[in-house]
Order: sequence, then structure tokens, then C-alpha cells
Amino acid sequence: MKTSWRRSALLGLVVMIFSVSLAASTFAEDQAVQVIKVTAKKFEYSPSLIRIKKGIPVILEFSSLDRVHGFNCPDLGVRSDIYPDKISRVRVLVDKVGTYEFHCDIFCGDGHEGMTGTIVVE
Amino acid sequence: MLMHRRDFLKLIGIGGAVFVLGPQPLAGAEKKDGGDGDFFFVQLSDTHWGFNDQKINPDFGGTLKKAIASVNGLESKPDFVFFTGDLTHTTDDPTERRKRMSEVRNIISELKVKDIRFMPGEHDAGLDKGEAFQEYFGKTHYSFDHKGVHFIVIDNVSDPTSSIGEGQLQWLGDTLKPLDKESRIVIFTHRPLFDLYPQWDWWTRDGAKAIELLLPYKHVTVFYGHIHQENHHMTGQIPHHAAKGLMFPLPAPGSLPKRVPIPWDPAEPYKGLGYRAIETKYVKAEYLLTEYLIKKG
Repeated sequence: MKTSWRRSALLGLVVMIFSVSLAASTFAEDQAVQVIKVTAKKFEYSPSLIRIKKGIPVILEFSSLDRVHGFNCPDLGVRSDIYPDKISRVRVLVDKVGTYEFHCDIFCGDGHEGMTGTIVVE
Repeated sequence: MLMHRRDFLKLIGIGGAVFVLGPQPLAGAEKKDGGDGDFFFVQLSDTHWGFNDQKINPDFGGTLKKAIASVNGLESKPDFVFFTGDLTHTTDDPTERRKRMSEVRNIISELKVKDIRFMPGEHDAGLDKGEAFQEYFGKTHYSFDHKGVHFIVIDNVSDPTSSIGEGQLQWLGDTLKPLDKESRIVIFTHRPLFDLYPQWDWWTRDGAKAIELLLPYKHVTVFYGHIHQENHHMTGQIPHHAAKGLMFPLPAPGSLPKRVPIPWDPAEPYKGLGYRAIETKYVKAEYLLTEYLIKKG
């Protein structure tokens, strides 16, 4: 019984250390990655044209100035909710030069259909 | 004039007519709901009442009324009329939303068909989770039987993320469970259940889960709106038919850089606008005969 408890505690410690080091490495890695801030409001993104480099990761950091919006770029498999009261982030790494459209995928009113933008990978 | 009788015939002659085929109803099914054979119903979609851009549709106040007059003028009365959503054009103002719903309901009441059924589009229900819609038109998802056909209405718009949701998927599964795999099933939905063109948000985020529930059934047909044009697509053995709208047409999926309404063409007024009749046909049973001979010893 005692041995079992010790094993569980040890396993828990190992998992915790692993998680912390993983988080630390992700954080350290993210420190070096360019962060592009994107704000959303009815019915536009700012910026609506996002330029990134092929093969170089960036972090898109989203916030909303009014209500919940969405960010969906199906061709890159990138999507996020965008909240008015908290920041959301997605990491983007594209290996192919091109132009990729994104749009709001949370219905937000008259003009929702025109809430779009473009990622240009150079 | 939109949709004279001649135009309606032209529409159904060119490809607007859709047949829901299936086997003879199981014994008892036709007696249970009074059905005794073939029938037809009409699908109208995307009336967008409240839209008022003259460049896109200078007859924004009259198009729906012309469609209703056209349905009333049909030689045979449809058994029922179904509206597949976006009855109103969206507005942030809840009072204006209800005003539009009241107005469109009054216009629709001119239909000389007793049985009229509705479901919402995201313009009706996406900003208030269907609250105003339910006040004026009733439930957003439900099922009903008619002459041996099971009709199921799936709401994929009241959740603004264009999802059906786990609760409704559970309900769909429970609704399908008692049905025979040979049953004729018609699904009404607003958005396409499949990934028609996600780049323009023409999909349902969890639509694949609904299709998975439907696939075991051999005679399922889906009718939807949202994309303001005719479109026909198969997922497995399930056909999906999109209907034209009644306010403005939209471009074919991915055919233009942006998903914007197609402007009015004075040379061809009402081009791309219309409605659909769906005729259901029972398919008589086919018999495969194999003859066996008795052989000596």
C-alpha cells in the first residue's frame, strides 16, 4: 500500500516536471516567434491583410473590440474564437507561398458575410 | 413577372424538380398518417425580408409576393409548403427583427395552402439563439410524418458557430432509431450539412456527425437553402439539394474571390431567383426471380 502511494507520488512528480518543462520550452520558443496582433470588430479585422514568411512561424494574437467573432482560414487549417474580454492565440507555420482567405465563422450580424481578410505567405 | 405558371414548368423541366424516391411504404405506414400514394410539396427559401438594396433587387418588396402568387396559381395544390430559413434579413435591433418577422408572416399567410412549415436561417436566429423566431414561427428543430415519409428538421443556425450541437444530435439519433432502414426520410436544414465550401462558411461545423447518423438509412434526401442557388451533391447514397433564394442569388462556390450577391440584371430580371417543387414517388417493388429445377437423383 505504502509502496503504491510512493509510486503514484513519484509518477505525479515526473508528470508535473515534464509538463512544466514542456510549457517552459513552448514559452521560450514563443518568445522568439513574431507576434501579430489582430483585432476584430463588426465587420472587419485589423489588419485584414496579414503578411508572413514561408517556413517561419508566427503567433496570431486575437482580441475583439465588441463581441465574439471567429477567425477561420480553412486552407491553412487555422481557426480561433475571438473574445472581447480575453486574448486568444494561434501559432501559424506555412510551408507554401500563396494567398489564403480567412473569414469570421461566428454569425455577428448584417455585414458578417463581408468580414474577411487575407494571409499572404511570401 | 416572377414565376408565371410557364416559368414554373420551365423550372421543373430544366432541373428544378426533385423526386424523392423510395420503396412502397411499409404495411400500416400509409394508414397511420392517412397517406395513400404520391404527393408533392414546395420549398421556398431565403426570402430575406428586410433586405432593401435597390442595386441587388429593385423589387425587394414584391419578389416574395410574386412567388406566393405563383404557388397559389399552380394547377395542383401542394400538400404543404416548407420555408428553409432566412425568412428575414438580419438586424441587430430586436424590435426591428420582430417587425420583419411579423411582416413576412403576414405576407406568407396569403398562401392558399393550409399546411405551412418553417425553420430558421442564421439571419433569423443567429443573433438571439432563435428566440424571436420561436415567438413567430415555432420550434427550430422537429419532425413530422406525411403520407409515409418521415420529415426531420435540423437546426444548424441558432448556434452562431454554425453547429447542430450535441443535444440536437442526440435528439436526431433518438428520432431515427425507431425507423426502419428502408424508411423514406427527408431532412430539411438551412446550411449544407457537408463541406460544400468552408472558405465561404458554406458548411456545418458538426454536419459530418449528422450525416453519419443518416448513412445507415437507404432512402434519405436533404433539402437546404443558405447558398441562394441550385446545387446537387451526394454524400454516400444521400442526395443534398440546395434551393434558389427569393431575394438575391449568390455566385457558385469559389467562382469569385468574394461571396457577394449577384447584382440585378435589368436584361434578365429575377434571374437566379425561384422556388422548387418536390414530387414524391413510390417505387414499386422489383422481384428477382431464380428458377431451380429438380434434378434426378
